[in-house]
Amino acid sequence: MIEGAVWRRWVFFRLPMAIFLIFLLFPFYWMIITTFRPDGELYIPWYRANYKPFWTWNPTTAHLKYLFGETTFLIWMWNTTFIAVVATAISLFCGVLAGYALSRLNFRGAALLGTTIFITYLVPQTLLFIPLSEIIRTYSLGDTPWSLILSYPTFLIPFCTWLMMGYFKSVPKELEECARIDGAARWQAMLYIIIPVAVPGILSAMIFAFTLSWNEFIYALVFLSSPEQKTVPVGVISELVRGDVFFWGPLMAGALFGSIPVAIAYSFFVEQYVSGVTGSVKG
Amino acid sequence: MSNVTIRQVHKHYADFHAVKGVSLEIKDKEFVVLVGPSGCGKTTTLRMVAGLETISEGDIMIGNKIVNELPPMDRDIAMVFQNYALYPHMTVYDNMAFGLKMRKFDKAEIARRVNNAADILDIKDHLTRKPRMLSGGQRQRVALGRAIVRNPKVFLFDEPLSNLDAKLRVQMRVEIKKLHQRLATTSIYVTHDQVEAMTLGDRVVVMKDGLIQQVGEPLELYNNPANRYVAGFIGSPAMNFADTMIEEVGGAVYATNPTMRIRVPEQIAARMGPHKGKPATLGIRPEDLHMASGADPEDLSFEAVVEVAEQLGAEIILDLKAGGSAMVASVEPTVKVKPQQKIRLGINPAGLRFFDATTEAAI
Ligand SMILES: Nc1ncnc2c1ncn2[C@@H]1O[C@H](COP(=O)(O)OP(=O)(O)O)[C@@H](O)[C@H]1O
Ligand SMILES: [Mg+2]
Repeated sequence: MIEGAVWRRWVFFRLPMAIFLIFLLFPFYWMIITTFRPDGELYIPWYRANYKPFWTWNPTTAHLKYLFGETTFLIWMWNTTFIAVVATAISLFCGVLAGYALSRLNFRGAALLGTTIFITYLVPQTLLFIPLSEIIRTYSLGDTPWSLILSYPTFLIPFCTWLMMGYFKSVPKELEECARIDGAARWQAMLYIIIPVAVPGILSAMIFAFTLSWNEFIYALVFLSSPEQKTVPVGVISELVRGDVFFWGPLMAGALFGSIPVAIAYSFFVEQYVSGVTGSVKG
Repeated sequence: MSNVTIRQVHKHYADFHAVKGVSLEIKDKEFVVLVGPSGCGKTTTLRMVAGLETISEGDIMIGNKIVNELPPMDRDIAMVFQNYALYPHMTVYDNMAFGLKMRKFDKAEIARRVNNAADILDIKDHLTRKPRMLSGGQRQRVALGRAIVRNPKVFLFDEPLSNLDAKLRVQMRVEIKKLHQRLATTSIYVTHDQVEAMTLGDRVVVMKDGLIQQVGEPLELYNNPANRYVAGFIGSPAMNFADTMIEEVGGAVYATNPTMRIRVPEQIAARMGPHKGKPATLGIRPEDLHMASGADPEDLSFEAVVEVAEQLGAEIILDLKAGGSAMVASVEPTVKVKPQQKIRLGINPAGLRFFDATTEAAI
């Protein structure tokens, strides 16, 4: 917080903060307005006298009806949820165990392995999808949710592993040592002491992993082809942009409803998430 | 029987020899304190006893059984850590009950033991709280409670009081002493604070650079330090040292340097044979110095210049300069001296100690 006179607080804190907020939230505002704006207003050129880009007096639900009635949007939502939840669960499970092992078990080459995992994460998806699609074809997983459930962990596991590694390192090792003296085997110390203490870290890894798989585009575009298998980001783009015609109303409605689950997930866990990222455990 | 035997134990870290052959016999019910400067290998030694660190060489036995390969949970020990290591997500009750639950005690027995420990440690009112809601002293008590509920063979303490403020530290020190008198459990206590070591230990082990310097009862260390290091480490303010030459003049032995010429007491003089004509370090504790009067012989006193006088009420601590070396004397509170004043200090001959100038061993 900025100390001192009122004007200083306005100039150095409130005003920049307000500008930043407007900048961040404007796309959402635009999404909402466009969702409810009738087609007649959407497609008029900007130089017309009655051009009112930021408000509408004739809200309509036509775009929503189209989105939910004429497209398979609800199926896309279900696909996305299913894929994101399962991929997140797999990645979290592996990431927590791997992060624990890399930060706590002092085996030979632990540091090297940690770095290697991080480098895996840096390989761009735009390169990785070529060999991956070969694998997907070999196991005939193309156009099924499993193609994504199995390929998302290629970037989610390294990500979760790294995040958890950092978090486990911030947990005092005496906690675990004390548990082991108290009579807990290594797995019990992990289950009863370390994991409960690391919940904020696990939650933030979970939110990140869920968001990343929810928004993922390239793999979903490449591996899925039939409309009823698609995820929201791909479905909205491929079914609501036909050639060079953009169905702006339903598109924005799809984007709006597609971002709601992620927003809910964030707001639900925001506190744990913040303490997970800033990462501190007090004994 | 829960005696602990440490036999020729070494610890090598990747590129560091932290413990260099420590041997120690700890009797049943004994309270032994390991004391030494930071980095001397106390914690490492304790962790090897606990089983948290592998033993590079040597044996550790608890109750006459070699435990080198035994995991911590099977050694029947309890440890209190410097940062308490309370489980932050559990209540005080659950913190204390955890070890018993892990060992499959039944619920009623767990409740009985936890409540009993809470009674002894006066934390009954906090049983349902989480550790973060407790003060430092209360957390320390919970950590102690967690150790005592299991009724283990051996307690291990690693600087348990160093996170507390000075007043609380003294209070908890007494508390730990009482606890040991009540439970009579074999204890190994690590600290860098020699006052803690002297007040708590049945026996004190002074360590330096991974080696034991001396083992003995507190008074024994104070009165008969085995070497110059122990002499300087035990006691506060620390013992004064002066470099001298040993000379024999007309049947009497003297330790001399440009500012003093001190007659070596008979008993020590008898052992001075091989040191005659050689340098030796003279040691004298501040409490064995006093303002010299006419009664003090010339060869048991020396001149010094007062630099600072600290009035403590029960005594005055004088910081002095005698020739080139700094000295500290503890004198009667009624003494009146001013900075830069030249005074004569008398030596209590029973307090004189001598150390070989090269090996630093006591003569
Ligand atoms: N895991 C470790 N790896 C390498 N060196 C260590 C390790 N733990 C301790 N040491 C070194 O061993 C020496 C003794 O440490 P320690 O037993 O903790 O000393 P203290 O007497 O202060 O408790 C120190 O110099 C420390 O740097
Ligand atoms: Mg230590």
